[in-house]
Amino acid sequence: MSNALFLLGCPESPVQTAIALYLANGLKRESIDVTVAGTRSAIALLKVSDPEGNYVSKTVDLDSCIEDLAEKKVDFDLCFVFVRNDAGISYLSTLNSISDAKLFAIVFGSDADALASMIDFECEKIVLRPVTTRFH
Amino acid sequence: MGCIEQMKYEVILKNTSFKECREYVDTNFKEVYQVKPGYKMFDVYLIGVPPISIGVDGDDVIFPYTKPCYGTFLLRIRGESEIESLRKG
Repeated sequence: MSNALFLLGCPESPVQTAIALYLANGLKRESIDVTVAGTRSAIALLKVSDPEGNYVSKTVDLDSCIEDLAEKKVDFDLCFVFVRNDAGISYLSTLNSISDAKLFAIVFGSDADALASMIDFECEKIVLRPVTTRFH
Repeated sequence: MGCIEQMKYEVILKNTSFKECREYVDTNFKEVYQVKPGYKMFDVYLIGVPPISIGVDGDDVIFPYTKPCYGTFLLRIRGESEIESLRKG
């Protein structure tokens, strides 16, 4: 395995950027080259969090990435899709259709379990359940 | 996918799910085509869970359009050449 693609969704949840950087660091230690595709805001948050590019140095626009994958101009060994809502499921399914990469779904947010149950094709699911605090 | 936003479109459903879009198209249109994610239409590649249902009504195509922060919309856009491609299979 030499390269990986991250597909970031809406950056509404701050968890996404943190997980992306943590994962990028881990893959970098394994000499796996990481490219991050996302919306402008998701990429911007990533760059603000990692201004020196210590963890992520390659970023690409989400729509351009989808186009290049669909046209078979590019592909990756691994693909991590960040899923926080229904749109994330749609992107995950699309990657399953247009890419030969080994697929990972990183499912997070308040509906993580429900979203994970909607994935009905083969892929690795990493489900991050929200931590709640009870007040007595 | 910005070119869709520059076209004249009608929003039939907004902030909806891929499943609701499929059900709406399958229920409300007589001429329906099912395509895989990544199918190219209006110079964009459709995002979705397969099968993606695309309806044809007159000269218009009705299809789901997904944006990461806004969810999925069901749009109606005039598209004679897209209809021709769908009918050719």
